[in-house]
Amino acid sequence: MTEITPAIVAEHGLSPDEYARIKTLLGRAPNLVELGVFSVMWSEHCSYKSTRAHLRKLPTKGPHVIQGPGENAGVIDIGDGDACIFKMESHNHPSFIEPYQGAATGVGGIMRDVFTMGARPVAMMNALRFGEPGHPKTRHLVSGVVSGIGGYGNCMGVPTVGGEVDFHRSYNGNILVNAMCVGVAKTDNIFYSAAKGAGNPVVYFGSKTGRDGIHGATMASAEFDDASEEKRPTVQVGDPFAEKLLLEATLELMATDAIIAIQDMGAAGLTSSSAEMGDKGGSGIELNLDSVPQRETGMTAYEMLLSESQERMLAVLKPGREAQAEAIFKKWELDFAVIGITTDTGRLVIKHKGRVEADMPITALSDAAPVYERPFVLREPAKGAPAYDKSRSVPAALEKIMAAPAMASRRWIWEQYDNSVMNDTVQHPGGDAAVVRVHGTRKALAITTDVCPRYCKADPFEGGKQAVAEACRNLNAVGATPLAATDNLNFGNPQKPEIMGEIVAGIDGIGEACRALDFPIVSGNCSLYNETNGEGILPTPTIGGVGLLKDVSKMATIAFKREGDVVILIGETRGHLGQSIWLREIEGREEGAAPPVDLAAEKKHGAFVRGLIGNGRVDTCHDVSDGGVLAALAEMALASCGKTGGIGASVGQASIADAIAFWFGEDQARYLIAAPFAQAERIVAEARAAGIAVAELGKTGGTDLVIDDKERIAVARLRAAHEGWFPKFMAGEEIPVTN
Amino acid sequence: MKSAVIVFPASNCDRDAKVALEEMTGKSPHMVWHQDSELPDVDLVVIPGGFSYGDYLRCGAMASQSPVMRAVKSHADKGGAVLGICNGFQVLTESHLLPGALMRNAGLKFVCKPVALTVAESQNAFTRGYDKGQTVTFPVAHGEGNYYADDATLDRLEGEGRVVFRYQANPNGSARDIAGILSEKRNVLGLMPHPERAVDPATGGTDGRALFKSLIEALS
Repeated sequence: MTEITPAIVAEHGLSPDEYARIKTLLGRAPNLVELGVFSVMWSEHCSYKSTRAHLRKLPTKGPHVIQGPGENAGVIDIGDGDACIFKMESHNHPSFIEPYQGAATGVGGIMRDVFTMGARPVAMMNALRFGEPGHPKTRHLVSGVVSGIGGYGNCMGVPTVGGEVDFHRSYNGNILVNAMCVGVAKTDNIFYSAAKGAGNPVVYFGSKTGRDGIHGATMASAEFDDASEEKRPTVQVGDPFAEKLLLEATLELMATDAIIAIQDMGAAGLTSSSAEMGDKGGSGIELNLDSVPQRETGMTAYEMLLSESQERMLAVLKPGREAQAEAIFKKWELDFAVIGITTDTGRLVIKHKGRVEADMPITALSDAAPVYERPFVLREPAKGAPAYDKSRSVPAALEKIMAAPAMASRRWIWEQYDNSVMNDTVQHPGGDAAVVRVHGTRKALAITTDVCPRYCKADPFEGGKQAVAEACRNLNAVGATPLAATDNLNFGNPQKPEIMGEIVAGIDGIGEACRALDFPIVSGNCSLYNETNGEGILPTPTIGGVGLLKDVSKMATIAFKREGDVVILIGETRGHLGQSIWLREIEGREEGAAPPVDLAAEKKHGAFVRGLIGNGRVDTCHDVSDGGVLAALAEMALASCGKTGGIGASVGQASIADAIAFWFGEDQARYLIAAPFAQAERIVAEARAAGIAVAELGKTGGTDLVIDDKERIAVARLRAAHEGWFPKFMAGEEIPVTN
Repeated sequence: MKSAVIVFPASNCDRDAKVALEEMTGKSPHMVWHQDSELPDVDLVVIPGGFSYGDYLRCGAMASQSPVMRAVKSHADKGGAVLGICNGFQVLTESHLLPGALMRNAGLKFVCKPVALTVAESQNAFTRGYDKGQTVTFPVAHGEGNYYADDATLDRLEGEGRVVFRYQANPNGSARDIAGILSEKRNVLGLMPHPERAVDPATGGTDGRALFKSLIEALS
């Protein structure tokens, strides 16, 4: 038997203290198989050991929350006996090493998390962050990640309906791939992972187990260095055909009443799924690995337990229902095997070839996993309003901004995703939120992902608030009531006090905003150690928000619809240029304070706008965010399709002295709406009466954006700039802009 | 009109086809599993979009060898109507119910977007409800929709009025902008764009409704 040396302990990503703790918990030294199991169960990825103490502060309950964090995904009630099940998860490290398979298996993994709870996935979203466009790897990573997401999601027949994409040098060595899946189930047919009761069969189904992905969870819990590409073998390989079969077979099994508990095999595979199921059910689990369907010969217990082969599920069935389940999997031509039994011992016992290879109390793997109160330093937030050149041309700046990597159209990406399969996509990518009808009903789910890492770097607390506020705003802007969120917290190394400070402040900001906006966090994922050679990423706590439209016919989109509509700005403009797109793209600087977020104003303005859309008075609305009012107006014009290729607008402002600050400032809690004249007068009066800052900026019409009566730019010219950058960049035609 | 929709293990537009047929005919189609070797008594067989058996080999190549496709061939041989959409079109060419082949898109990327099509032919059961020359918009969503046939075959297709839909802006490199073609007996139509995703004003528009109405008129 292999002797456990300090070097082996270190290779497993465990500290000497953690190893000592394992010995105390077991009352003996672990063998190599047990050490492997502890290493994955106690990895940052599985145990949340650095963040758990802080995550507890997030609000997770609400009147419509059926299941908060702790299960495979969060569950909310959307009325009429329907539930929405959703979660976002990262696949950052694998996607950097092998972008196609990393992204593809990220999609597959998050889909399994959702259908393992009884939901049919109905929409996918992706929040992607790449390094600067000029970095030699960026184009290859964009291409691979997008193909991987499309390759998997398109085959599954689940529409990929939106997300976000950004570029920044801090992601040069550490891209972020956060995938979100949203599914719909019946509230009376939701499945959980608690393996309650002794003597019940533990069954395995799906693809066979191979040697791929061993120690993926441990890799995802460490920093990168120049040799990280040697970790390519730890990246799993996806098979969307197998997942499609698994989805249909699992839902078919769920239509029977044979299942007691079910869990997908994700990170740390068989180990993590069996330990979590036993832990939640308060039972023990005994597995016989001889029965595990294997793709390769001669696999050891260690390899089988730590394999992250994809498209596999574990379930506990009611005794005597094995044959019924097996028939379903046979129909779908998937492997099915009874591989163990639940016990009342509270222990995870692994047998292989007649030997007991591991025997550990399950609580030692779960509850007893270390929780660290890591030391942290709360950095002083960046302050001040940056100086800038007030003489610059507004239309020229707009044209440059609309073609900037951060702002250019993402059509090149989303046209590679099937976004209309299932025939319920009501709002396609390109708007504020994607809208997907709940099949066979009039209601719809609105979905968005948001975070502004620039703000989070300058001020993690306000940045965390802003991510939540913007997610709500994007949902409000289509007319949906924000219901709940999932968070995907991407940060650097938590063992550095300043990084830990970003994590703590970011979570605090998210929590404060979620409480104020009645927007509980029902699921999520942490991705730490996003560093290469000691360089951390911008703090990137991505928020995935879900809202409900009760009647999909009362919905707004960003596109101008008619000439002669009055353009109305809701919310106060002070001209906040700190950390703005304008400052970065035009002045080439990232500095100053992040915009402050007034949560009371967010709530009030959101409810006001939502009310206008919900009672059918407004059908054109856009949240004001990156690039300020003028970028938002440009997007509304570009989304329109008049006879001449887009409806323009003539707009002016008189509220603040400096035009640049007004048009490009990124003050929060603002929306633009466009409404026919008769309606507009009343809307303005109602806003004033409610104490909401409101301004009429002008009217839609023509083919140009006319600014302050003196400057103009053709919508067609903006379109060429906005649509041109991405295809040129990917074709290698454009010398990439450094940022 | 009685209809059936073929279900391969990774078909993924089978529900969309079913919903469109229900909406247009008021009747549920039979959903026929790929291992069935007989078809129910129907007027129309729809082979839906998706990835049939994963399509790791040429798209539709394995599906063309499935038990159900023998039954579909015999249905077509007897003059029964067959509509192959997207992956269904690929299955039909692989099964030699339609000439030519569908290659990887010229841009090498999957493409999903609404496309404008010209109805090039309206003398058949599928498009009699459209005017010849009319523009319709259907979504496309495919990675391998680049239609290829040798020049003699293309000339023959055009000469016999068997090119039914043409792209106005070719999204995939298809020869002569061909988006959909008929069989020699004009009872089998394969097309890459999705008419079943164009029957609902809330999602993909309503330009596809006339295709189903044409079939109902012709086959009922």
